[in-house]
Order: sequence, then C-alpha cells, then structure tokens
Amino acid sequence: MSNVQIMTGNQAAALGAKLCNVEVVAAYPITPQSQLSEILSQYVESGELKAEYVRVEGEHSALTVCISASTVGARVFTATSANGLLYMHEQLHWAAGSRLPIVMCCVNRGVGAPWTIFNDQQDSLAQRDTGWMQIYCRNNQEILDTVIQAYRIAEAVYCPVMVCYDGFVLSHTMMPVDIPDAADVKAFLPPYKPHTILSPDDPRNLNPVLFPGQRRDSEGVLRDGYMEMRYKLQAALDKAPETIRSANTAFAEAFGRNHGGMLWEYHANDADLIIVGMGSLASEATAAADILRAEGIKAGVVGIRVYRPFPKEDVRDVFRNAKAVVIFEKSISYGYEGGLCSDLKAAFYGTNIKAPIHGYIAGLGGRDVKARELVAAAKDSLASFDRGMVEPKTTWLSTFTG
Amino acid sequence: MNTVQNFEIFAPKLIEKRELFSPGHRACQGCGEVLALRLILKALGEDIVVSNATGCMEIISTAYPQTAWNVPYIHVAFENAAAVGSGVEAGLKALRRKGKIADRYVKSVAIAGDGGTVDIGFQALSGAMERGHDMIFFCLDNEAYMNTGIQRSSATPFMAATTTSPAGKAIKGQRTGKKNVPEIMVAHSIPYVATACPSYPIDLMNKVEKAKKIKGPAYIHVFSVCPTGWRGASNETIKLGRMVVETGIFPLYEVENGKYRLTMETPEPRRPVGDYLKLQGRFRHLDPGDIVKVQALVDKEYRKLMHKVETSVAWS
Repeated sequence: MSNVQIMTGNQAAALGAKLCNVEVVAAYPITPQSQLSEILSQYVESGELKAEYVRVEGEHSALTVCISASTVGARVFTATSANGLLYMHEQLHWAAGSRLPIVMCCVNRGVGAPWTIFNDQQDSLAQRDTGWMQIYCRNNQEILDTVIQAYRIAEAVYCPVMVCYDGFVLSHTMMPVDIPDAADVKAFLPPYKPHTILSPDDPRNLNPVLFPGQRRDSEGVLRDGYMEMRYKLQAALDKAPETIRSANTAFAEAFGRNHGGMLWEYHANDADLIIVGMGSLASEATAAADILRAEGIKAGVVGIRVYRPFPKEDVRDVFRNAKAVVIFEKSISYGYEGGLCSDLKAAFYGTNIKAPIHGYIAGLGGRDVKARELVAAAKDSLASFDRGMVEPKTTWLSTFTG
Repeated sequence: MNTVQNFEIFAPKLIEKRELFSPGHRACQGCGEVLALRLILKALGEDIVVSNATGCMEIISTAYPQTAWNVPYIHVAFENAAAVGSGVEAGLKALRRKGKIADRYVKSVAIAGDGGTVDIGFQALSGAMERGHDMIFFCLDNEAYMNTGIQRSSATPFMAATTTSPAGKAIKGQRTGKKNVPEIMVAHSIPYVATACPSYPIDLMNKVEKAKKIKGPAYIHVFSVCPTGWRGASNETIKLGRMVVETGIFPLYEVENGKYRLTMETPEPRRPVGDYLKLQGRFRHLDPGDIVKVQALVDKEYRKLMHKVETSVAWS
C-alpha cells in the first residue's frame, strides 16, 4: 500500500536518512540546506530517530565528526550547501581517502563571490576530484530513494556518496513523495556492518603517514606506499558503476521505482538531438524535448544521474546513434567549459560518435531556466550544426554578455 | 556538579609497567612531548580511542607500516582533533546504546600540539568543549610549529626567536605573550582544566587520571620542552621543565568546576626567569633589559593566577 505525502526535497532527504536509521548526524545550518538539519534534529529530539546529533560549530567539523564516528562503526549523515561544502573540502578528501561509507546531501547552491543564496551546481562540481561518488536527483521522490540507495552503494564500495539536489527548485518545492515502508527499507539496506572499526579490543591505527614508496613491515611483507593506497580508491570507483546499477535494479524490484542507475533517458532511443543535463535542469529538458517533438524535431534527453564515477560506458551506449548533442550545465570550469561537456567529449573520443556538441551554461545563481529557452537554444545549436560547426563556443544562456 | 569520586593518588610503584606508546619512534633526543605522551597513555590505560592532530607526535609515531601506538588511533588532519574526538564519542555513544558494541566505557582522547590547539585547531576545540562531549583534550605545547621547522605560534613566549619571529635588530623575536588557552577553557565552564609538565610525572599522571574520571569535557595543557626548537641541550629537558615551574612562567595548577588550585607549590621567592632563559638559544639575543621585561610579564601573569587561586570558588 502506498503512503504518498506532499513534501519538500529537504523533507524527503531527512526522511530518507531516518529510514536508513543513521546513528550519528552532524550538521551546520546553511541556506538552502537548513530545513533538512532542522527536521533531523526534530526526529532525534522526539525519539523517532535513535541517533546522536552533533550540532557542530562549522561544516568542516560536521564532516570531521562523520569521519570519526564512521571510523568507530556508526552509520553517519551530514548535509550542506555551497560555501559550506567548500569549507569542508579538505575533509572530503579525508573521507574518501579513509574509505568511509559516509552519505552527505549537497543542496546545490551557487558560491560566492558575488554572493548568492540561489541554485546552481558549482558547489558540488567543484568537489569532482575528491574521490566521492556524486548522484544528482531530478525530483523529491528521487531524493528520498537516492539517499537509501546511497548507503547501500557506499557501504558496498567503501567510498562516500554525495546526493545532490537543486536548492529551492527541489529543496523548497512541495511534491508528492511515496514513502517506503521502514521494514522494506531495512530489507533493502541491512544494518551497517563495517569491516574495520577502531576499538580497544583490536587496536588499529587509521591514517598514518605514508611514504612515497612501498615499505616492508616487521614481518618483511611489502606494504602499500601512498600511490598504492590512492590507486585502490580509483580502482574501487572504477568498479562502482556495477554496484550503482545493481542497487538501482534491486531498488526498482523492491519499490517499483527505477531512477536509471548511472543515467536516465527520455525518448533518447530514436532521438536525432539529445539534450543532456543533471538534476532538475535535465528534468526541465524533458519538457523542452516534448515541445521540440511537437514541432517535428526528434529530440530526447539524457540525465546524467551519477557524475562520479563517470558513466563512460553508459553514455557511449546511449549516444551511439545521436546526430546532435546539446548540454546544459549549472556550473563551469572557469577558463574552459562546463565540466560535463568536457567529460562527454572525452567519453566519445575514439568511438563512432561524431555528433556535433554544443555546451550551454545556464541557471547560475538561481537564474530561472524555462523549457522554451532550452527549445530556442537547441534550435540555435541545430542551426549552427547545419552551418557545419561541430563544436560551437560555449554559450551562456539568457545572459547579457555585451 | 561534575566532581571526581574515589580518586586515588598515583604513586611511582603503581604506575603501569606496559608501554602503550612503544619505544622505537622517531622523536628527537630529549623530546619532552613524547615523554609526556608516554606518561599520559600509562595513566589513561587501554580503553581509549585517540584522535591525534597532524604534528610532531603524529609524524614520529605512525610511519606506515610501523606504529608506536598500542591503542586505537585515528589521525584526520591538523585543525580538527577536537572534532575528531567529538565524532568518536558520539559514535561510541550511539553504538553502545544500540547494543552494537560492548557495553564498556571507552574514553575519547584528542591530542594536538600547540598549533593544533591554540591556532588552527582553536575553533574545533571551542566547539567540542562548549558542546560538552565526554572527552579529554591534551595540548602538548612546545611553543612553536616544530614539525614544520620552528615557526611561531600564538603559544610562543614573548621575545622567543623562531624561524618566523627571528631575533632581528628591529624586532627581537616574538612580539606578544603566550595566549592563555587554559583560561579560555575555564571560560567554557568545563568541569576540569589543568596544566602539567612531564618533569613532574606523578602530578601529570594524577591529572590525567582525574580527567579520565570526569564525565564531560576536560582539558590538560602540557608544557613540553623541545630541545631542537628551543636550541637547548637534549639532556636538560627535565631541568628546563622544572625551572619553568620554579620561575612561575608555567605554574602547575588545576581548575575543578571553576576552583583554582596550585598542584605544585612555587618556591618563594620564585626563581629569576633569567636562569631559565639563558639555557636556551631561542632567548640568546635577550639583553639584561629584555630579561627585566620578561620578568615583569611573568610576574604579572603569576599574580593574576594567584589571585584566582586565592579567591575562586567552585560553581555549584
């Protein structure tokens, strides 16, 4: 029996964490995440969630507390946005390097300067190289479901997962959400059983100082150097797509909702033009694709759900017949182009995918992105492609650029 | 009020024989900090989880695949030992309540140097103490960033020469006095604050034992002689630690629920600071007039402390 309630994205995320029976929560307020940490504190104060809630003095300590609590064996949760995420950046590397299954929600928001509290995805995209997995959600149902899947993935891969959803667009927008049954969640996500914990019963040392080369221990066994340990992180993330896909499949079987594994498609199969995006912007693109189809242009959408590890094999498969690709991104690698645009081009290298590609930067600092703007931009791109341009210069959507 | 019950005073023959911090580490000859650490671990025993900030003690003890630590140990960066200790405590508490780990009391212990306590680690320390975690925070204070090559910290004493406060013609070393962090910890209204020095091992271990018995936050500031950074002789570590107390530069005291008590009487008249300063290369540039200035500063700080010892009462 379904239990559908109307709720915000922040409520959905908090509910997801509660259903996963997280044991330690550490969070610090920041717009637009604050509501999420407030709801979690209510769960703890009311006794609904048997967790320790550490009201830290900053985001850096929020993730630190999650790291050490995870080290002693607890399932942990935190959430932040924008400059809060940037402030904890150093600890992101520590969390991944320590191979801890931490789940964090990033309620996406633009970063200063100039100051903004509104949505884009520069905050999480700037954390690309920290070793975290990143999953982008397109609606509130997906937020709740992805938090649950994230723990299953993180605890299998032993790497942290960032569940990203757009600030205000999702965090503060009410949508119907089907709340899974707690027993079903428990069956999908058994209690966390860490392979190593810090305990006086078996004293171990975590995060010692590593030397550049391998070294022998007192028994003469050759042990890892820094590069071997770092390689293991990369190898784990290389294999993670299998785990992510199977978690998605198992979730779909258990709960009847399939969010697409590494990516999702909308009429992409027979599309000549594929629009690409992440999160709510990709969701908006489905409306644009409908309009384009009504006008006779065979358009489809690919939503990149998992940005790291990058779905290289998946995109090679889904784009194999694409004749044109348009990418809309809410972030940019300054001095070059959108990060997703670069990654897609790299994934296509050496394949038969020769479709022209046009990258757009859209919706920074909360600027509204309308489906008809995406339609107009896609048509502009098609016109450029018709003129023989295979890689037009990155365009800033609806932006006065002089 | 959080008071210590059934507290037994340490005697040398009762000291733990086992070494929870093994010999064979890479500390400098005559290191006062590692001596303090060894004594602290003997007093703490095995039922602890150590959160250690980046710094000398971390670098000299954990060169993988070797370790000096025979207790559970985690290192997560430089600036957040107190937050690491907070998470250990929160995690253990949550898991113990759920019956996921043995119902055994395990103390969260955070250890940092002076930089990791009074400078970069200060915010995390204040947060952890204010939140009231059941943990002990140890500042092993060797009065500068020794691990990176003797740069000044806000725990560096007045006029000491370091590599970033060199003794020049225009400015003679460190321009400011030592930041009084034990005092700031008292201002957090935590149940136990103490100063200690491994030159007084029984006093140090008694304080550790007392802090361990407190259910709540405790802070111990340990004066740790650094022959390398202070340009002193490595066989004078214990002597310098005694002189710093005898001069009143670093009096040994404890503050239990707001009540100050000297745990080691300072001789009257106090020993002149010049005796202590002249044994260290970091003060070599001081002329007699400078020593008078240092003496005046020490006298002022000592009077402030004694006023608290004489007038403070425990809060209830």
